[in-house]
Amino acid sequence: MADSHDIGLIAHLMRRAGFSASREELEMRAAKGYNATVEELLHPEESEPADQNVLLRYQPAALLPGGQPPMGNVNWMFHLVNTKRPLEEKMVLFWHHVFATGNSKIDNYDQMLAQIEMFREKGMGNYRELLVALAKNPAMIFWLDNQENHKRAVNENWGRELLELFSMGQGNYTEKDVREASRAFTGWGIAAKIPRLPYGRFPWEFEYNTEDHDDTEKEFLGHKGNFDGEDIINIVVQQPACHTFICRHLYNFFVADEPQVPSWKIEPPQDPQAMAAMVKSFRESSFEMRAVLRTIFTSDFFKNARFNKIKSPAELVVSTLRLVGGEEIPRPGYGADIAMQPTYMGQDLLNPPSVEGWHTGREWINSGSLMSRINFAAEMVANTNRPGVRFMINRIKARGTISPEQLVDTALDLMGPLEVGEQSRQELLTYAREGGQLHWANAAQAEERVGQMLQLVVATREYQFN
Amino acid sequence: MAKDPVLVVLQLSGGNDYMNTVIPYANSLYWDNRPAVNIPEDKIIALDDKVGFNPSMAPLKKIYDEGKMAVVHGVGYADSPRSHFRSMDIWHTCEPNIVGTEGWLGRALREFDPRKENVVTGVSFGPSMFRAMSLPGVPVACVSGALETYGMLPGIQGEQRAKVLERFKNAYAPAIGLGSVMDYLGTTGIDSLAGADILKSAPQKYSSTVTYPGSKVAQKLRGVAQVHLANLGTRVFYLDHGSFDTHASQLGEHAKLWEEVSGAIEAFFTDLREHNAADNVLMFLFTEFGRRVHDNGSGTDHGAAGAAFVIGDPVQGGQYSEHPSLKAEDLSQGDLVPNVDFRGVYTTILEDWLKLDAKPLVNGTFEKLSFVRN
Repeated sequence: MADSHDIGLIAHLMRRAGFSASREELEMRAAKGYNATVEELLHPEESEPADQNVLLRYQPAALLPGGQPPMGNVNWMFHLVNTKRPLEEKMVLFWHHVFATGNSKIDNYDQMLAQIEMFREKGMGNYRELLVALAKNPAMIFWLDNQENHKRAVNENWGRELLELFSMGQGNYTEKDVREASRAFTGWGIAAKIPRLPYGRFPWEFEYNTEDHDDTEKEFLGHKGNFDGEDIINIVVQQPACHTFICRHLYNFFVADEPQVPSWKIEPPQDPQAMAAMVKSFRESSFEMRAVLRTIFTSDFFKNARFNKIKSPAELVVSTLRLVGGEEIPRPGYGADIAMQPTYMGQDLLNPPSVEGWHTGREWINSGSLMSRINFAAEMVANTNRPGVRFMINRIKARGTISPEQLVDTALDLMGPLEVGEQSRQELLTYAREGGQLHWANAAQAEERVGQMLQLVVATREYQFN
Repeated sequence: MAKDPVLVVLQLSGGNDYMNTVIPYANSLYWDNRPAVNIPEDKIIALDDKVGFNPSMAPLKKIYDEGKMAVVHGVGYADSPRSHFRSMDIWHTCEPNIVGTEGWLGRALREFDPRKENVVTGVSFGPSMFRAMSLPGVPVACVSGALETYGMLPGIQGEQRAKVLERFKNAYAPAIGLGSVMDYLGTTGIDSLAGADILKSAPQKYSSTVTYPGSKVAQKLRGVAQVHLANLGTRVFYLDHGSFDTHASQLGEHAKLWEEVSGAIEAFFTDLREHNAADNVLMFLFTEFGRRVHDNGSGTDHGAAGAAFVIGDPVQGGQYSEHPSLKAEDLSQGDLVPNVDFRGVYTTILEDWLKLDAKPLVNGTFEKLSFVRN
């Protein structure tokens, strides 16, 4: 039975249910205990949201960022780094991945951010309500062309992806169901857009056009009736395939890497018992995300899943930033230096490659992305002026003169605690031994040595895991 | 000594609209099916009395007229799933029925370099790796961003650098019992360390009078040219451009994409020719599917058969196969039915250009075409 005050377990929870934390915060949470931390994460409304005023003071253009990067990325990165509601923000990333919508087509980060804000509000609530909000979300409507889905000219894009990617998965419906679902969503469009000139962009609004809605009988997944879009969603959320699909996404995101989504209809889940537990609470709570999340974080299958998942680029960047600190204020240059980092590593936030989101797990890693990941993290920990790095250095310094072994073990402990294999530990030791004992007679030199040790720690294979 | 054949693959991601790329303008059914999303007849660049290029493809028409561009009509495979992800997976792995993990070009790279002697045999201009190139144990140098700034742990310099990189190399060395993901990370780390050293040399050696356009695809092709001209032994280059997923407002967007692609290809081949290095390069363009025959009022939905293109000095130009029938009774769920299996196109490239046995690489025997000059 895991100790509920174990800092390793708390660090695991914070990496998965959030974006990691500074050593100081982890120690504070360890003192509070595991279950208390889980409950705090599950109730974001009890903590303050990130302070928009700070964002606006430094990066006013990030409020309505328009069509080009990086200001949209600046806005979201600011929230990711500063949020005191880590699970809420993690769920935003989760839904952004599942309901992947991209600026490549939207060409309007204002609308992308409005969708993100909707995920913030509803992402931990009821899944059925979330789907309804999604169907009315202007960015989603435009992304999947539902404004072009007319009574007399059906456009199947939204209808198909709703079933294939957002709720049930391929193989659980027929081409006819796609057609019928699409018909039910005819007339779900966007109000005519006001031209951008001369006053700039206007917000997009959902508009239900009764005259363009196909007001006749449909037959969908064995049900017959004059369905409207919301009826379709009500039928969809009752499907066992939907429960499995959403829970498998959650498992893949929070617990362990599953195969890529297209193979789910062929390959069974790796942990059927975990899936059963999640599906049970999803169903019994009538699709409350909070209930499933509680089931996950209090389960043994979650607690035992340490360091078995490759960090997504967003996780790698944000967790490193929250560890080292010093990027709470979106200074000039924040866009290219910080906010676009996940993009450089293959995860362009607010602009996934397609409606099917990103390939995850080991597919995040290739010779190019691995180098970007290592180099970014190394640059961050090398800066001994960052408060999180400072904190670690002071901890090491407080121990006085230490052996190379102690240097390695302390660095690994403070950086996670990070569990590394014997091979990595040996190389860190070899490097530490070349410098001999660490003493502080020349503090600048000692700090540089610690900085290099931290760089080598983030360059290990183990640091790539969450 | 004869130069080794080189392949450049340009993936048109998102599903390029075949019917507005190679336009069957003489067929009245084209005009019937495309009341909103059509190209005015006087703008079409005719290839013959049946089909013509999109007006944005003027630079490609020049190459076509020189006899160095093959248009392959009606490419695809049976039972298109009309899903981007799945269809791209099928094109990448040649596995239409199961979810494959081995890329067809990854397999080709293994044939070229079975003992992994050159980690830049395959170079991918990402930022993300393409599944077509991926095969466990086969290194592919994956360049994101500019070649000039490519390298590991650049923050550690001076006498510590060599020591740190040595530790890195050992920490990533293969070991028993770590599991497949750790193994994969290990190989990737070692390979990217080696690849960076080699590729960094390419821009230093490069000079050219050719100015590439500013588009992403042009900048990537410039990187391809730099590496090719540095003679590093690279046999397969891979890059992509998009998104061709034009469900709405198609006309403007599609024209812009083809303008970028055409301009980039023109600059690339001009550059190679200037350096007398075009004769061993064959470029292949494909997309995951064509789009639906009938437009939806402002764009086109996911379809089936598409067009592929093969460009370069080694190419026997012209049109291959024929445009699939537009007649309602010949369509499958409103889509063009493919008449060329994409694996036949791959087989032609693999056997007649790269001189490899294609059967194990594309999972079967498929009819070849004759677009490679003998």
